[in-house]
Formats: sequence, C-alpha cells, structure tokens
Amino acid sequence: MIKLPAKQQMADLLLKITSWFCGLLIIFFFAYLLFDILLHGLPRISLEYLFSQPLKAGREGGIAPMLLSTLLLLALCLLIALPIGIASAIYLAEYTNESQWFARFIQRSLNVLASVPSIVMGLFGYAFFVIALQLGFSILAGALTLACMVLPLLIRSIEDSLRNIPDIHRLNARALGLSDTRMLFQVLLPLAAQGILLAVILSVGRAMAETAALLYTSGYVTRMPESVMDSGRSLSVHIFDLSMNVPGGEQSAYASAFVLMLLLLIINLFSNRLSSVIQNRSTR
Amino acid sequence: MSPCYRDKLFITGFKAAACITVLSLMFIIFFLIYESSSILTSTNLSQYLLDESWHPTDGEFLLTPMIVGSVLIMFGAMLFSIPLGIFTAILIHYYAPVWIAHLLQRIVEILGGIPSVVFGFWGIIMIVPFLASIQAPGTSLLAGVLVLTLIVFPGMTLFACSALQQVNKLHIQNAIALGLSRFSIIKHIILPQAKPGLLTGMILQSGRAIGETLAVLMVCGNVVQIPGSLFEPVRTLTSNIALEMAYAMDEHRSALFLSGLLLMFVVLGLVLLSEKFKSVPITE
Amino acid sequence: MFFYFRFLFIVVLIGCENPTQQSSENTSDTLSGKLIITGSSTVAPLASELAKKFEDLHKQVKVDVQTGGSSRGIADVRRQVSDIGMVSRKLKAAENDLTPHLLAIDGVSIIVNAKNPVLELTAQQIRDIYLKKIVNWQSINGVDKEITVINKAEGRSTLEVFTKHFQLKNRDIKPDVIIGDNEQGIKLVANNPNAIAYVSIGAAEYSVQHGVNVKALPLNGVPANTQNLAEKRFPLSRELNFVTLGEVSPLSEAFLHFSRSSQIKPIVEEYGFVALLSR
Repeated sequence: MIKLPAKQQMADLLLKITSWFCGLLIIFFFAYLLFDILLHGLPRISLEYLFSQPLKAGREGGIAPMLLSTLLLLALCLLIALPIGIASAIYLAEYTNESQWFARFIQRSLNVLASVPSIVMGLFGYAFFVIALQLGFSILAGALTLACMVLPLLIRSIEDSLRNIPDIHRLNARALGLSDTRMLFQVLLPLAAQGILLAVILSVGRAMAETAALLYTSGYVTRMPESVMDSGRSLSVHIFDLSMNVPGGEQSAYASAFVLMLLLLIINLFSNRLSSVIQNRSTR
Repeated sequence: MSPCYRDKLFITGFKAAACITVLSLMFIIFFLIYESSSILTSTNLSQYLLDESWHPTDGEFLLTPMIVGSVLIMFGAMLFSIPLGIFTAILIHYYAPVWIAHLLQRIVEILGGIPSVVFGFWGIIMIVPFLASIQAPGTSLLAGVLVLTLIVFPGMTLFACSALQQVNKLHIQNAIALGLSRFSIIKHIILPQAKPGLLTGMILQSGRAIGETLAVLMVCGNVVQIPGSLFEPVRTLTSNIALEMAYAMDEHRSALFLSGLLLMFVVLGLVLLSEKFKSVPITE
Repeated sequence: MFFYFRFLFIVVLIGCENPTQQSSENTSDTLSGKLIITGSSTVAPLASELAKKFEDLHKQVKVDVQTGGSSRGIADVRRQVSDIGMVSRKLKAAENDLTPHLLAIDGVSIIVNAKNPVLELTAQQIRDIYLKKIVNWQSINGVDKEITVINKAEGRSTLEVFTKHFQLKNRDIKPDVIIGDNEQGIKLVANNPNAIAYVSIGAAEYSVQHGVNVKALPLNGVPANTQNLAEKRFPLSRELNFVTLGEVSPLSEAFLHFSRSSQIKPIVEEYGFVALLSR
C-alpha cells in the first residue's frame, strides 16, 4: 500500500467522517420519527384498521377506502406518466442535443414545471380536469394532476440517465446493424434501468406525499371508490384532515402515517425486485 | 413491419410525448394568467411592489415580503439539503458496508414519500417550541428552513445517488491504479462527472422547496413582513395562496393567482441563473 | 417494463367497475342519485358524517362532500358544479342570489395554554393585547413573558366575528403568528405557554375534554362552552350554513330537511356546534 501524504490522509478522514455523520444523522432522525409515530399511532393499528371504513370523521374506524384510493391514484398516475415520461426522455436524449433550442426550452419548462406549488397545481387540476374536462371530483382527475407533477422529475432524471450512457454502446449497436428501436429497447433502456428505477421511486414518493393538489381534484370523500370516476380520499389527504381539521384526530393521523410509510416500503422493495429482474433478463 | 418504418413510428411517438409535456406547462401558465386577469386589469404593477402592505380586502397588494420569504426559505433549505444529500450519497456509494447502504437508501426513499403535513405537524410539536425557548414566537424563518430541509433532502439524496451511480467506473479504476487518495478521486474525478446529474437534482429540489405549501404554512408564522432575523415569522407566496384561497372572493382570488404566476417567474429566473453554472467547463 | 405496465393496467381495471350515475331522480318511495356538497372545511367533517347517515337511510343515494373553503362553496353552487354549498358564516349582501339554510351555530372562544395562570380577560385587555399595547403577561398575571399573539388569516369568518365583537380593525392587529385552521391554533397554544389565540368553541371544548393543554377563557363572566352558546349567554357566535341556488331538487331538499331533523342533534353536538333545534 502506498502511504499517502499527511494532507491527503487528513482530507480522506474528514470526508469519511462528514459522510458518516450525515448518514447517521439521517438514520437517527428516521428512527426518532418512526418511534414517535409508532408511540402515538400503534394502539390504533390492527388488521381491522386496514380493512374497515372510517367512522366519526376518521377518529374511529379504519382506512380501507383511503388505502384503495391511494393505490388507484398511484397506479393510474404511473400508468399515465411513465409512458409519456420515458418517451419524452428518449426523444430528448437520443434525438436532440443540448445545443438545440427545443431541447433547452423543454428542459427549462420542465424545471419550472417542477416548482409549481402543489396548491396551484390543485387549482389547475380542478379547473381543467374536474371542470373543463368534466371528470368531476374523481380519482382520474387526481391521477392526471399527479402525473403533471411527477412528469418533470421523471423526464429530467431519465433523460440524464440516457445521456450518461457512453456512446460506445450506441456505436456497437449500430455496428451490429441494430435499428433504432432495437437499440433502444435491447441496449439503452436496460443500461439506464437503474436510473429509471430511481426516477420511478422518486415519483412514487412525490405522488404519495402530495396533499394539496389531491384535495381539489380527487377530493375528500371517505367512501370506498367503486371506479376511477369516483371521488376518493388519499392517505395523505386523510392525514391532513385528521391532524388539521378534526379535533382529536391525531391518533388516527399517526396510525395512517405509519401505514403510508409501510406502503412506501413495500412499493420500493417491489420496484427494486422488478428492476433487477428486468436487468437480469436483458443481460442474458 | 420493417425496422425503418417502425423506427419512424416510434420517433413520432416520442416527439408527440415531448410535445404533450410542453403543452401541459403552457396550459398551466395560461390558466394562471387567465385567473389573474381580473386583478391585472384593475391594479397596476407598482402596487405589488410599493403598496403599504398585504390587505387584499382593503385593496392593498404588496407582494415583496412574501417573495423575499419564499426565496429566503428556499435558499436556506437548499443550503442544508445539498451537502446533506451529496455526503449521504457518497456514504452510500463509497464508504458504507452494503447492508447499511441499502438500509440508508430505503430510509431515504421512505422519507421522500412522507406527506409534508407530517413534517409540518412534527415541526409544530418539536421544532417550534424548541425555537420558542430561544426566542419567541418559535414559528419563524428558521423553523421553516428546518422543516423544508426535511422535506427536500431525501429527493436531493436520491438524485445524488443516481448521479454518482452513472459515473464511469473505468475512470475510478484508473484513478485507483494511479494511487490517488479516495478524497482526491471523489473530489476531482467523480464529482465533476456527476455534476450534470447533481445540478438537475438541485434545480428540481429547489423547485420543490419553493413550491412547498402546507408544511411551511404550519411553522412559519405567516406574518407578512420581511424577516429581520432567523427567528422572526415570515410568509411565503405559497402559504399565502393556501391560507387565503379558501375564503377569497373575486379580486382577492385573482391577486392570489397572480402571486402564483409571479412565483413561476421567480423560478424561471433562478433556472436561467443556474444555467450559467452549468456551462462552467468541467476539468478533464 | 411491459410486465410492469400490464400489472398496473390490471390494477386499474379492477378499479374501473361501475361508473356512478350522475342523475338526481326520485323514484316512487326511495331516493336515488348523487348529491355534491362543497365548501367550508369547518363544516366538512360534520357534513361528511351527515352524508354517511343519509346514505345509510337511502341506499340508492350517494352524497359527496368536498372541502375547499367557504368561497369555493359559494362559487361552486353559483356555477352549478355542486348542489349544496357549505359556508361558515352569514351570507353577505352581495350573495343574496343564494338561499341560506342554517345548519348550526358555532362559537368563537379565546384560548390560552393550560399552564397560564390567568382566569379571565376583560374585553379591554384582549383589545390591548391584540393591538400590542400590552406585550407582556406580567401586568395581567404576573408572569414575565412576552405574549405570543395568534391571529387568523384575513377573510376567515372567525376573524370577522372576533374583530367585530372587540371593535378592532384587522389592519391594526399586530400578530406574532397567523394561522389558518382551528387545529393549528390549538396545537400552537398547547405547545407555547405564552400564546393566546381564538378558535372555534367546538374545537376548543373538544380539546379541553381530551386533555389537550389549552383552556378556554370566559367572556364577560360567561364560561366558553356550547351549553352557554345554546342558551345565548355567550356572545361570540357565527352561523354555519348550507346554501343553495334557486330551485332545489327533491334530493337536495330531502338532505337539507334531514340535516335539521332531531336525529341529527347528537351528531352536531359531538362536533362542538349548537344544533338548530336547541335554540
């Protein structure tokens, strides 16, 4: 082993310590938050809680309709946003280069779109999807609004991932005589799979965390939704209502927050599994 | 279908997707302009900057303190989140044992999906009283910055992880072969290469930060003033919209939409500014 | 990748079963159809509860309650996006195209932290506190701490009731914190021994009964609770209204009638409001 000069060693150590400090800070904070949530919410959590209807404005009863609404919202949002997002990203990364005005225009637009306040997005969703497109307060309207919020993240992330793939892969593909689409689906996308996965997880997180936008689009109703045209309350809206609007709703709010975290964990684990399956398949 | 034809079909599809994205942004902007139109005709620009204060029911529409509030709180949150995010990502990729890296990544993913309401709630219960013991009233710029950091840093960490992942491993191996210290490798080779991804993350998360509504509403105090210190209450443009939209009629409502439009312009300005940083040449 | 899509698609298909009807009809002895109610977030939890009870009585009916604020309630009814609007105040002169249907009465009470030794504040003291003429608790209860004044955001009816009663102008109030919802105020006061705020009586009462760290101060010697509000002894009150535009459909009529019937009284009181009948 080469002995590094003292200054380098110091720098190394400093970096190591700072990084560990940050990581441990996060872990401790998370543990504290989790402990707090469980402390206040655990008494309410049971299998019955997950599968029954809310009573007394949510102070009692369960959260089954909210769970279903949240899942539907998420699924629909991804169903809409993923194809458009991936397709746009592919177009931007493969068929334009950064010096073209169109590419820069879209990038800038996306960056600005990412900062639209959630409440403005909610009001837009209300005016456009609920009223103008006559979808009414519905899970569909909510999912469309969520898709709008999530698109910038998806597109910018995936575009970056694709652009980052070294050109050698594209040259190899061409040399082998692969057409554009084959190159895309068999070479580039699998290589970008990790990046795409992270983009999806980021989007799922954003969608689950969204409250204000959903309040105005998918609504407040606590009934079990029978279709995507029904209004349905998402878990985040439920937590908001319980903690800010309903006196005595805190315990249920904590319990719902815990369920939400659990749901996120499950979705993330599933996505990770899925991504490694895809990667394994394509590198065979 | 011949590859050529299929290619063309797909490319058109991709282009269409990209256009849909741009259209949605256009829609949102038109929506904001349309909704603010009534106030735009009845007041003039100087009022937003020179009126005595914000009392819409009395016809005063000073927006400056809230613009300052929004920008300050965003910068504060990014000041904390960016280093936190980057160092954590470095820890995950280069220093931590595999099980800790996975654990940390899962934790960050979950934190990124927790509704801002939960953090805001937590802020009222933990952060505000703590700050109040230092200096009343507790609901302040600093409280807002801290809560916003909690909301924004998971996304930043995930973006940083994605960026680091995409760095060409060959370069790292070469550097190790040349005997460079870890710190040097990270500082001079990895970070510069990861820069575009990191920048994307920073811009998108800044957008998230400036657009955050509910959590800052709960902990910032919402007093319309330019804060003299970190401990003074402040109101952001987004909280303003959320706070007053529910009860605002006509002109007042338009004024709120106008502030939303203004926010997007502020963001556009920041985005253009950040592009200057992007064009700084990367050392090879 | 496609497997993922197929999975998502299946989930959505399961979700897309029976689309709901949009019409509001009245069959021979049972009601059916859909009712949309939007507006004030103060009334919304109560309205949701009423909606559920109504649905239990009439199995073919769906009542959707959405929030968004009193002005949303008014705007939606005017635009005929909703059937009934929820408004947490008296209608103004400019709103006389709408018909109010009084649902309940809500009171406004001053709250301080439970640990605050003060037992009552006079109207003058309250005025002075909110105008920042008194800034320290010392002159009131001997505790040498700055008062944290909490006010509501402009446009809220609790603010209007408060300022009108104490003859204050919102411009002159110098708050330290401005809040939106009642619960926000309660939580802030519960966690700050030097804070003072005013919130809905129902919310305050509920919190006090459930051990939250606040207490409601009496006004003019009258304790702040719904009992006194019902007996008209407590002065600060506001109306909670359902509003409609023009002719009301049979379904809406049935619901409005239901919401003022005697079986509703215990539900309304559970939320800390005073039901119409007990006035």
